[in-house]
Amino acid sequence: MREAVHMDESLEPTLIESRREPSSAVLNEVIPAGEPWVGTVCRGQTFRIVDLEGNQAVDTLFFNAGNSAERYSAVDTIRSQGRLYLTTGTQLLSNDGNVMLTITADTCGRHDTLGGACSAESNTVRYAIEKRYMHSCRDNFLLALARSGLALTKRDLPSNINFFMNVPVTPAGDLTFADGISAAGRYVEMRAEMDVIVLISNCPQLNNPCNAYNPTPVRVMVWED
Amino acid sequence: MTASMPGRPLWEERLRGGAHWSGVARRGVTLRLTDMEGGANVAALFFNYEERLERYNMADTLKAQHTAYLTKGCVCYSDMGRVLCSVTDDTCGWHDTFCGVSNAAMVEAKYGKTRFQDQRNDVFKNGYESFLNELGKYGLGKRDIVANVNFFSKVVTDGSGDLHFVAHHSRAGNYVDLRFEMTTLVVLATCQHPLDPALEYRPRSVKVTATLGSPVAADDLCRNRCPENQRGFRNTEMLYA
Repeated sequence: MREAVHMDESLEPTLIESRREPSSAVLNEVIPAGEPWVGTVCRGQTFRIVDLEGNQAVDTLFFNAGNSAERYSAVDTIRSQGRLYLTTGTQLLSNDGNVMLTITADTCGRHDTLGGACSAESNTVRYAIEKRYMHSCRDNFLLALARSGLALTKRDLPSNINFFMNVPVTPAGDLTFADGISAAGRYVEMRAEMDVIVLISNCPQLNNPCNAYNPTPVRVMVWED
Repeated sequence: MTASMPGRPLWEERLRGGAHWSGVARRGVTLRLTDMEGGANVAALFFNYEERLERYNMADTLKAQHTAYLTKGCVCYSDMGRVLCSVTDDTCGWHDTFCGVSNAAMVEAKYGKTRFQDQRNDVFKNGYESFLNELGKYGLGKRDIVANVNFFSKVVTDGSGDLHFVAHHSRAGNYVDLRFEMTTLVVLATCQHPLDPALEYRPRSVKVTATLGSPVAADDLCRNRCPENQRGFRNTEMLYA
């Protein structure tokens, strides 16, 4: 927590590849563009998300599978690592301060957790009142929760992670949605430190240039170790 | 300083450091938070008092206004595209939005263990449990604790995204005015900022002053900060039409 702001650090993130082979994955599914997905990843398993076509935002929340009142906390994660962006080495913390998952590989280099999820209502504010009808991540989350039978509601949607999304904050405090730094085939991999429910909205946003106005599919994979 | 506040005076209350507080600010009321000693931190959550599923949303607030912090001219958005409150004045200049609050483990590790049995009401408080104390009074709890605002605290980031806590940011007498555009459940905790590097437990006191003002003018600073805010005010007015 130094007071001075140093701008001489490299802006190039370190990319860490994984040794895991797709053939040994116990789960290998494609989430079509704009759709939600719910799954469970057990403690010790490794979870990978692949950005199949590039610059696709994957809005993601994690819940403790045994106690859903414990869930991913953006502010605890940011504060604990003393850094805004998520990459290899980041421990994804819960609201109880426990490590839920650890990012173990990342060929994108930077993921956002400030930008949250789009919703019909925030679209009216950000883009135009007439955009209210458009499909959104919150609608995906709500439908996924309703279909899943999990005892979770809108109340259980805190700030999420946006994998593959680039939302830089300048030293002056400006927040922008910059062009993506991801590309086709980039992936992020994380080890579950507890049994977690994964809630994903493969973002259907059509108004934001960060995905070239073109939502695309992503792949999710799970390995036993 | 109260004299310089626009509107009709309603009430005033002083919160000691480490206090938790909640109350309802009706639409049209302005709450002025004043840092009484310098170095205060006021962690805050906001809920629509009539529908508490609707709450302050850090991400929507930052995205709509393309800012990572709050200051004069900014508004706090709910997760329903409406404006809970507007920052109509601010002599401090920067209020943190993404560092959350301290918790029991952090406070004990940083400042040491205290027990009510020994310290009575000087027992060390933390932000998270302070929120739980207030939220519980309204049937709310852990699920309702979202990313909060930390008034009077400044945390900047460098090009790599590393956080830097700016010490001695707020001075004695600094204030921030929050004009409530919705009838809002306000939850406050005057615990130290979780990144405050000071080794001493010394949360500072603040004064909360409430006044009732006039309806928001067409040329209002916060409404016209950006087209996004104009639409946010439009959405809010629909609720009260």
